[in-house]
Amino acid sequence: MPVPKLTQGAPLPVTVIGGYLGAGKTTLVNHLLRHAAGRRIAVLVNDFGALPIDADLIEAADGDVLSLAGGCVCCSFGSDLMGALLKLAQRAPRPDQLLVETSGVALPGAVAASLSLLTDVLLEAVVVLADAETVRARAADRYLADTIERQLHAADLVVLNKLDLVAPQAQAALRAWLATQAPRAVVIDAVHAQLPVELLLGVERAAARGRVAARRPLDALRPRPAVAAETLFERIETRIERPLDVRRLGEALADPALGVIRAKGILRDAAGAPVALQLVGLRATIQPLESMRPAGGRLLCIGLRGRLDGSAIRAALERAEIGGTAPGTS
Amino acid sequence: MITIYRAKRILTMNPSQPEATHVAVREGRILGAGTRDALAGWGEHRLDDRFADKLLMPGLVEGHSHLFEGSVWAYVYVGYHERMDPDGRLWPGATSIEAVVARLREAEAALTDPAQPVVGWGLDPIYFGADRVSRADLDQVSAKRPVGVMHASFHILNVNSAALERGGLLRRGVEHPGVPLGADGLPSGELKGPDAMMPVAPHVGFDRELLAADERGLRLFARLAVRKGVTTATDLASLLPQNAVDMMLGVTAEPAYPLRIVSLLRLMSQTPQALVERAIALRALSTDRLRLGAIKLVADGSIQGFSARLRWPGYYNGAPNGLWYTPPEAMRAVYARALKEGILVHTHTNGDEATALVLECIDEALQAQPVRDHRFTLQHCQLADGAQFRRMKALGLCVNLFPNHHYYWGDEHYAMTVGPERAERMNACATALATGVPLAIHSDAPVTPLGPLFTAWCAVNRRTASGRVLGELERIGVQDALRTITLGAAYTLRLDHEIGSIECGKRADFAVLEDDPLEAGAEGLKDVRVWGTVQDGRIFEAAAL
Repeated sequence: MPVPKLTQGAPLPVTVIGGYLGAGKTTLVNHLLRHAAGRRIAVLVNDFGALPIDADLIEAADGDVLSLAGGCVCCSFGSDLMGALLKLAQRAPRPDQLLVETSGVALPGAVAASLSLLTDVLLEAVVVLADAETVRARAADRYLADTIERQLHAADLVVLNKLDLVAPQAQAALRAWLATQAPRAVVIDAVHAQLPVELLLGVERAAARGRVAARRPLDALRPRPAVAAETLFERIETRIERPLDVRRLGEALADPALGVIRAKGILRDAAGAPVALQLVGLRATIQPLESMRPAGGRLLCIGLRGRLDGSAIRAALERAEIGGTAPGTS
Repeated sequence: MITIYRAKRILTMNPSQPEATHVAVREGRILGAGTRDALAGWGEHRLDDRFADKLLMPGLVEGHSHLFEGSVWAYVYVGYHERMDPDGRLWPGATSIEAVVARLREAEAALTDPAQPVVGWGLDPIYFGADRVSRADLDQVSAKRPVGVMHASFHILNVNSAALERGGLLRRGVEHPGVPLGADGLPSGELKGPDAMMPVAPHVGFDRELLAADERGLRLFARLAVRKGVTTATDLASLLPQNAVDMMLGVTAEPAYPLRIVSLLRLMSQTPQALVERAIALRALSTDRLRLGAIKLVADGSIQGFSARLRWPGYYNGAPNGLWYTPPEAMRAVYARALKEGILVHTHTNGDEATALVLECIDEALQAQPVRDHRFTLQHCQLADGAQFRRMKALGLCVNLFPNHHYYWGDEHYAMTVGPERAERMNACATALATGVPLAIHSDAPVTPLGPLFTAWCAVNRRTASGRVLGELERIGVQDALRTITLGAAYTLRLDHEIGSIECGKRADFAVLEDDPLEAGAEGLKDVRVWGTVQDGRIFEAAAL
C-alpha cells in the first residue's frame, strides 16, 4: 500500500514544544489554538497529563483524533509519531501548521532531528518551556538533571514561564543561569504561557495563499483580555518588493545585537521567486511559496520593547539586496 | 471423568513431593500427583500411557514475551543463529551478508505484487566482523521494491535505495545521529533507533499495524509456545484497544487454542488515573485463557541501543546517558493508584539508574500506602547490583531477569556497552536468589527466541555466543533454573496458586518432554526435546499442530 504524503505542496511548518512536566506546554498549546487567527493548526501530543486540549475547543472526538474549533486537530502520538503524522495527512483540509508537544521527559532536540528527516515538513523552531519556579531544582535533581539540560540546550526559544512565582530579586540570577543552559536560545518571559501568537507561529499561511479562512477564527469563540505580556514586545514591519539574498538576511537578523526574537517574511529570493523566511533565535528557515501575497512582500520583526534596533534591521535589509553592497566594501 | 497419566518421570516443582510417576486429572485440573495406587482412591479412572516414556514438568511460563513473536514470522528470518518458526521449521542462520542477501532474493522471487516490499528480520551484523550491511547489498535483492531488514535487537533497520528514496532520505545533506552516511554523502541505508527509522519504516511494512496484536500472530505465537513447552505466556506491553481485546478474547476462547495469555496494559499518553481505570475494566473481562488487568510501565530504553539510563560511570564507550521514557511523576502516580486498587504493575528498568529511580518511586508509594504481597516486578533489571537486590527484597518486589542477553549480546556488553565488571554482573540471577528476591527469567521474544529451557540454559551457563563465560559466580543451578521458568514466573504474575507446579488443585498444565532436563544437566538443557504440552487438560502434540 502506498504511504500517503503529508502535503501536496510546500512542506508543512512544524514547531516542537518541549519542557518538563508542569512547565506550561499544554497551556501554551491551548493559547495558540485560541489565537490561531485562521491558521489550521494540527497538534500532536505525547504526554501523560490530563486532557491536552481545553474542553470548549473540542468539536468532536474520533478515536485518538480530536477535531477542534477553527479547523484545527489534535492527535496523540504515543510511540508512533510517523503514524500520527500520516493520519493527519489523510485529513481534509490539510493543516497549515504542525505543533508537536513532546512528553515531559522527551528530548525536543531529538524529536526535531527526526522531524528534520521528513522532506514534507519544515522545522521552524524548537520552543522549550521552563517553569521559572522549579526549573533550577529540576536541573539539580539526580535523575533529571541531564534531561533538563539537554532539553534547554536544544531550544531556539525558551519561554520562562510562571515568572510571577519568582521574587523579582531572584529573576536576574535565573536569567543568567538560563543563558548558560540554553546558549542558542532567545529567552522570553511569560505568565500562564500567554505570549503573542506571532512569536511562536509562522506566517499566516491562509493569508499567504491569498485565501481567507473559511471558518471562524478561534479568537472569536471566547475573547480573552489583552495579556500584559503583549506590552512587553514591539514589532517592526516593512513592505519589501526587491529580490533579496534571503539566506544572508536570515543570518544577519539572527545577530543578537539586533534584538530580533522572531522574524518572518514573505519575500522574493534572488531569482524573484516568493519564499517564506522564518527566524527563531538563531534558526532561520527558508521555504518556497506557491505565490506572493497580493499585498506584496513584507518583513515582520518582533523583539522586546526598546531592544529592537530598527536602523540595524534596515541596514541588514540593504546588505541583502541583490546587487547591494558587498560585505566589507561599504 | 478422571484420567491418570503415567510418565517416565514427573518433576512437580512441589517441594513436598518433588517427583512422581503419575498425575490424575479431572475437568482440566490436577487431582494429585504420586503413584497410581495413591491416586486410584479418587475413583473410577482411565489410565493413559501415552506419556509413559516422556517426562512431565509443570507447563512452562514465559514471564516476558510479546505476541509480536508470532507476527514477525510474516517476514523473512535472516538472523545469524538458527531459529524455529511456528510451523516447526528450523531456519538455519544466515551467517554472512551474502547469505542474508540470497535468502531475501529468494523471498523476492516469490512475490507477485510489484508494489510489495521485501522485509526481513533478525539481522545481527555484529557477527560479520567489520562488515556492515549497506544499501548496495540490499539493492541486490531488488532495485525497484523497497527492501527492509530489521535487526535482531529491533533498534536498527537496514534498507535499500528504493526504500530510502520513498522515505525521502536518498539525498545529500541528511544530518542525524541515527543516519550514517556513506562515502558518497548519501545515507548508507542503516537507520539507528526509532526516530531515524520513522520516515522509512512504513514503506517497508514496519508500521504501527504490525506492532498491534494481529489475529494471525496470536495463533502463530501459540503454536510456537506448544513447541517450546509453554502453557502460559505474557504479552508484556500492549495498548489493548478494545478491538484487539475482543479479537483476543475470541481467539483464545476457541476450543483448540493451546495457550494462556497474560496481556499487560502499557502506559502510553493516557493519565495514570485513566490507565488504572482501564486496567480495572480489563480485569473484569479476564477469562481463563486471557488474563487482563495488569499494567506495564517503561522507565528507560535498552542497553545495546544506548538508551538505558545508567548510573555513574555510565557507558563503557563513553556514549551519553540514555533516555527516560516515562516521567517519574507519572510512575509514582500509577504505583499509588495501582496499589490502592490491587492492580499489578511490572516496570521495565534496563539500566541501573532506572532501577534506582523506580525503587525510590515504589518505596514512596508503599510508605504512603503499605500493601502486602503486591508482587510489583522489575523487568529486565539487567544491571542491578547487590544493594538494589537487597532493596527489592525489603520492598517486596520481584524481578524478571534477562539471561538470554548474555548469549546474544554478552560479548558486546563486555567490549562496548558496560565493560567487563558490569557485563559479568548483569542479570545477577544468583544474587537475586541469595537475597531472596522472587526470580523469573525471560526471552523478551521476539528480541530473543521464545524457549524457557534455552533461557534456563543461559542462566545456568552464562555463556556468550563466542563461548566466554560471563559472570561465573552468577550462574544458577539446574533445579533453580527449572523452578524459575515455572513457579518463579507464575509468582510474578500472581498465578502461582493456579499454575507453576504439579499438585492438587492446580491447572493441568504440563510441558511434555522427550528428554529429562535433570539428566541433560547444565550443558544439555537447551537441547531437551519438547513433545508438546497439556494445557488445562487438553493435549497438544507439537508434531501434530
